[in-house]
Amino acid sequence: MSRNFRKIEAFLGLLTAGVMLFAFYLMFFYLPPMKDEAGEVLNSSFNIFYFHLPIALSSYLAFAILFLCSLFFLWKKASCWDIYARSAAEVGALFAFLVLLTGSIWAKAAWGWYWIWDIRLSTSLVLFLVYLAYLALRQAVEEPEKRARFAAVFGILGFVSVPMSFFSIRLWRSAHPLMFGQNLGASGKGGGLEGSALKLTLLVNSLAIFLLFASLFILKTQNESLQEKLEEKNARQFDE
Amino acid sequence: MIRSFHIALKDLKAEFRTKQLLNSMLIFSVLVLVVFSISFGDFLGDSAKVAKLAPGVLWVAFTFAGTLGLSRTFVLENENGCLDALKLCPIDRSAIYTGKVFSNLMLVLITEAVTFPLFIVLFNYSPGHFSLFGFSLILFLGTFGFIVTGTLLSALTLRTRTRELLLPVLLLPVLLPVLIPAVEASSTLLSGGELGDVLSELRLLAGYDLVFFVIAQLVFEYAIQD
Repeated sequence: MSRNFRKIEAFLGLLTAGVMLFAFYLMFFYLPPMKDEAGEVLNSSFNIFYFHLPIALSSYLAFAILFLCSLFFLWKKASCWDIYARSAAEVGALFAFLVLLTGSIWAKAAWGWYWIWDIRLSTSLVLFLVYLAYLALRQAVEEPEKRARFAAVFGILGFVSVPMSFFSIRLWRSAHPLMFGQNLGASGKGGGLEGSALKLTLLVNSLAIFLLFASLFILKTQNESLQEKLEEKNARQFDE
Repeated sequence: MIRSFHIALKDLKAEFRTKQLLNSMLIFSVLVLVVFSISFGDFLGDSAKVAKLAPGVLWVAFTFAGTLGLSRTFVLENENGCLDALKLCPIDRSAIYTGKVFSNLMLVLITEAVTFPLFIVLFNYSPGHFSLFGFSLILFLGTFGFIVTGTLLSALTLRTRTRELLLPVLLLPVLLPVLIPAVEASSTLLSGGELGDVLSELRLLAGYDLVFFVIAQLVFEYAIQD
């Protein structure tokens, strides 16, 4: 069984690398330069968006996985759900960080600020913080069963709080004048994702990032279950 | 429900015998206010700036003092196996949770009631210029949301290695949906707004309170199991 998994892992890794390279090619060589309404060529900072959107989607996907696995863990008490949950949390934390990173790099080029308290930015930040808190909780409990249970409780709590944060931040921002007017809505939809070249690039990039997420997730899951087996074995030896 | 009140009553009775926790919460929240008041000393006369800053300061003081209290709720039960005895009681586990919520709520509300007049004095608000009823409502809803989540997480961190340190780390990210509307609504109300101006904040706070109270009731059992 483990050999089969090895093969799947290797295959997924290679596939991810291939699609990723193709995505790079599309982004840097195939895409026509961006132009504004007056026909001026803009700088290429927008290209980071092709990473940014799929990474953001994956980080939210990971969060949903974390929530569902936490629920299932509390329900079924099977340790495999805990392994899925913690793998999703670690990969998700990485992706949530990348969202903030790519977003800030783009924002500095486009708006002149690394950070503004916009709804989407703040919600991503909250997501990242919840991930960090989740991982911190995992580190602080020693017994595996208890750790899994506590983490599951916090996973559920955190998952519910993120959409609520979204609403509260929206309320908060709408109470203030918007600093950038319509610019805030510029998640790329306004600028010009028309044209098949752009759509193709976005599609291939999304595929690449999702594959990356999937292979990291599977690798992590395998890693964690091996670790669990090792710990069990060690414990048994210790008992003898 | 009656049983939760019994648990809350027991906690409060134990607390009022020594008043250790209550005193340190009070002093701490007053100190936070004083420290902020000192650091904002230069523009306390500028009421526009004060109106923007002060509500945040108030909620920082309440949150920190409340966290101090929350981190101790279950520690007391841990001594002499009180928690095990509580778990042996022929009551639903969620009744323990509700009782703890009531007692924590009482302690924090007392702290707030004492701190708030000092806040008015330090930040130069005029009593009577804002709707006290509306503000109390916001204060109650915000505090309730804070306590609901905090009590659950306090039970969760009881068995961890670094419990007092871990509680704020877990609590604050989850608490954001309470803090933002509470600060916003307090700011509106303190600068003379009516209750009708903060309806959306009220709705959000009430929604948070309800959702998290229900979730916490459901998962509390998993947080205190052995």
